[in-house]
Amino acid sequence: MNLREREAAVRRILDRRPPVVPPELCADAVRRGGRMLRRRAAARHVMWLVLLAAVVAFAVWASTTHPWVEPPSTTTPPVTGW
Amino acid sequence: MRERNVAQASRRDREFEAFVAGAAGRLLQTATLLTAEPPDDNPRARRLLTHALAHTYAVWDGLRGEDPYDRTRRELALRFERGVWHHHGFYRPPPGGVLRALGPQERLVLVLRLYEGVAEEQTAALLGMPAERVRAICLRAMATVLHPRREKSVPPVVEVAPS
Repeated sequence: MNLREREAAVRRILDRRPPVVPPELCADAVRRGGRMLRRRAAARHVMWLVLLAAVVAFAVWASTTHPWVEPPSTTTPPVTGW
Repeated sequence: MRERNVAQASRRDREFEAFVAGAAGRLLQTATLLTAEPPDDNPRARRLLTHALAHTYAVWDGLRGEDPYDRTRRELALRFERGVWHHHGFYRPPPGGVLRALGPQERLVLVLRLYEGVAEEQTAALLGMPAERVRAICLRAMATVLHPRREKSVPPVVEVAPS
């Protein structure tokens, strides 16, 4: 028996007795898949909310402390009386 | 925005239902062969297929021309492979399945190569092993399937000379 014949014989064995597809299979998959989609959408929403909150917090902090302004020197005394 | 989403969801449902109606029989046969359960009592295969189909449903809008059957088959194979190590390390299939004499990896390779007709290189890439190993496992599994009685007394280590 060469390889091709043996492959054909195994295929015939595998093709025997196909199982019956349960009628609720599609509905179950849709329900489960829909739940996955909704969960992903919720995670996306939460991510956007966190991002928005971070941007707002940064803006408020920056507008109150002005981090871009050079702080007054603490080592050199102010020059007076020239 | 909401109307567009609703229209998209109903179109997805329709397309997915048509896909399942056409492909479920073959995919369930594949899953049943993988789990080595008898065709009339295959709860594990059904669960496996339901999860794989749910995954396909969730990525349906992002398939962009990719074959949903391929996608589901890949998900099925990988899920089976993961499940074997995570939950069913000592799982013994019930009597009645055609491939119960084979190990899980032998079943996976044999079903993908011969029942599903996936090419050797693709099977190797999917399972992350060299193509030579896929060929060796497939030949060993074929020998076990074709001569089950002789193998039953001998443990599954069987040397097969490639013809």
